[in-house]
Amino acid sequence: MSELNTPAAAAVQVNMANLRGGIEYASQWTLMWLRFKKHKVALVSMYIVLALYMTAVFSEFLAPFDPEIALRAEGEYKAKAYHPPQGIHLFDTTHGIRFSPYVEVLKEKVDPETLRKLYVSDADRKIPLSFFAHGFSYKFLGLVKTDIHLFGPQKKGDVFYLFGSDRNGRDMFSRVIYGGRFTLSLGLIGVMMSVVFGIFLGGISGYYGGKIDWVVQRLVEFIISLPTIPIWLAMAAALPKNWPPQYRYMAVTLIISLIGWTQLARVVRGRLMSMRGEVFVVAAHLDGCSEWRVIFRHMLPSLASHIIAAVTLSIPLMIVAETSLSFLGLGLQPPAISWGVLLTEAQNIRSIAVAPWLFIPGGAVVIAVLALNFMGDGLRDAADPYSH
Amino acid sequence: MLSYIFRRLLSAIPFLFMVSLTVFILIQLPPGDFVDSWAAAQSASGEVVDMAMMADMRHRYGLDQNILVQYFHWIVGIMQGDFGYSFEWNSPVSALIGERMNLTLILSVGTLFLTWGLALPIGIYSAVKRYSIGDYVFTFFGFIGLAVPHFLIALVLMYISVKFWSLDVTGLFSDEYSNAAWSWGRLNDLLHHLWIPTLILGLGATASLIRIMRANLIDQLYMPYVVTARAKGLSEVRLLMKYPVRIALNPFVSTIGMMLPQLVSGGVILSIVLNLPTAGPLLYRALLSQDIYLSGAFLLLLSMLTVVGTLISDVLLVILDPRIRLEQ
Repeated sequence: MSELNTPAAAAVQVNMANLRGGIEYASQWTLMWLRFKKHKVALVSMYIVLALYMTAVFSEFLAPFDPEIALRAEGEYKAKAYHPPQGIHLFDTTHGIRFSPYVEVLKEKVDPETLRKLYVSDADRKIPLSFFAHGFSYKFLGLVKTDIHLFGPQKKGDVFYLFGSDRNGRDMFSRVIYGGRFTLSLGLIGVMMSVVFGIFLGGISGYYGGKIDWVVQRLVEFIISLPTIPIWLAMAAALPKNWPPQYRYMAVTLIISLIGWTQLARVVRGRLMSMRGEVFVVAAHLDGCSEWRVIFRHMLPSLASHIIAAVTLSIPLMIVAETSLSFLGLGLQPPAISWGVLLTEAQNIRSIAVAPWLFIPGGAVVIAVLALNFMGDGLRDAADPYSH
Repeated sequence: MLSYIFRRLLSAIPFLFMVSLTVFILIQLPPGDFVDSWAAAQSASGEVVDMAMMADMRHRYGLDQNILVQYFHWIVGIMQGDFGYSFEWNSPVSALIGERMNLTLILSVGTLFLTWGLALPIGIYSAVKRYSIGDYVFTFFGFIGLAVPHFLIALVLMYISVKFWSLDVTGLFSDEYSNAAWSWGRLNDLLHHLWIPTLILGLGATASLIRIMRANLIDQLYMPYVVTARAKGLSEVRLLMKYPVRIALNPFVSTIGMMLPQLVSGGVILSIVLNLPTAGPLLYRALLSQDIYLSGAFLLLLSMLTVVGTLISDVLLVILDPRIRLEQ
């Protein structure tokens, strides 16, 4: 009874008021969602994760420039390498305050003492920006051919660097957005592969027990006790150098998920073991259901919420794995763009001393990993009815 | 107890066999062999390589034999302390890996102790002063430590130290000691360099251990036996240390098995970034140039390190917790 007196429980009940039939009739998913919503950090993280995946889906629309091309402003003969980031000014104050976003143009100058290239502000020259500007052409969602981008320079041909430019004068902002597409999708696909391995092996292990369980458990222990990165390195080094990017992408995903499934297999096994003697499982057996049907139709759905939580928690591991492998040049390789590939540019201490903005893809990794971790934590707490 | 340790040791044997098999398959996996990549490098620099020479090299290194025979030779050699021959460095593998494996071991074990040393007091503090500002600060740093990949922390640190302190954080020795024999000066030099990689490597593990310690201790703190002890008039510190902390300590020992693989893993990539003279950079090079016996030796020893770690943690756990002993 004491549980009902806590403010949290009261809050749930208030929320439940507009639910038909009251909390007693709410489905398991509704209850989980209500519990999840109370966890504010997890909720915010969920929105961040959704936003990140949206950028991965709509990369072409969000990126103002083609990430592969060294940008060259009209009238200039070469691309600007290591151009520093330009902040967007939202309001123009020259003739009163009005909303008209622009960036200041930076002039190239040579430091008289060190002879290093410097960029200094040239406040007189501005590049006006606008929403839904015309830029490079692409196919929206791979279907509709268009050249409209969320934002960009008003005049086609002008350039600006929100996150600076890289060694070849390519726009880092567009590259980070495109990189998210590879890294984030790789995490998702890798987790799906892990889920297939994990549920299958964990399922038969927990359901049948005995010898099968022994073999699967030894396999899981074996894989867990291997130091992952050396093994990944060895596997990735074995990939043929001349493979096209798509092959490499699939191979790297497979390599990463080969080790990721073990955790899930343990969760599934443990739950199935404790569930084997439950009345509803016995009832399903007595009804003449096949073993596959009992496992997949009757037992697994009742731990779907746990699986979702475990899956969310393993995506960040995949992301870190991809980033590390690509960083060492053994994962994805240019021309493919992923956050790890972008970070290889930051490998050299001299280039990061000149261009610290090369760390930005790393910031993106940290945000994605943190958000997914918090969200997964919230989901795990919400999925467990005994967590309070 | 002794019979348990004995049985546990016996069960590690098939495990090690599996490890060696996996490693051998992994190093044989790349298409082509060392002679191919050697020939490619030679012809790239304008040298003429004929087929007879390549066949001769293959024969000399035993690369033309059946794969099972190769494995058998390899594993028998290792049992006698012979790890094979490094094609790239033209020297026996055992001469190349000795010092590097020692430094890897020092780095991993040092990190392990640092992790314990930090996580134990912080974990206790976080549990006792739950939801205090300190608790939130540690939780925040913990999440950062868990989320940021090692190599990224290392890169940022390299950047900061060069930019603001004009300090070089790479390597484990100063120039004058890098090839010197062991001496007190060299050890001192090592300790001066070691703390940075140790701290970076330990951050993630410390974070997860703090969380485990905090959760376990909180579970114990409100148990009736604690209330009883307090009612008896035991001082808070003694009460805390004598009962709940001792029970909450189990995961500290049992996580060695889990943590060592992670530390060894993280150490490899960190060493490559910071250019430490440990196993990482050499393993990386050997993998790229298909110097199979060198990479094989590293992979095998690194994996063995984690297996041995699990073994030690299992044995320690039995010593620490009488309940586990009784179950056996």
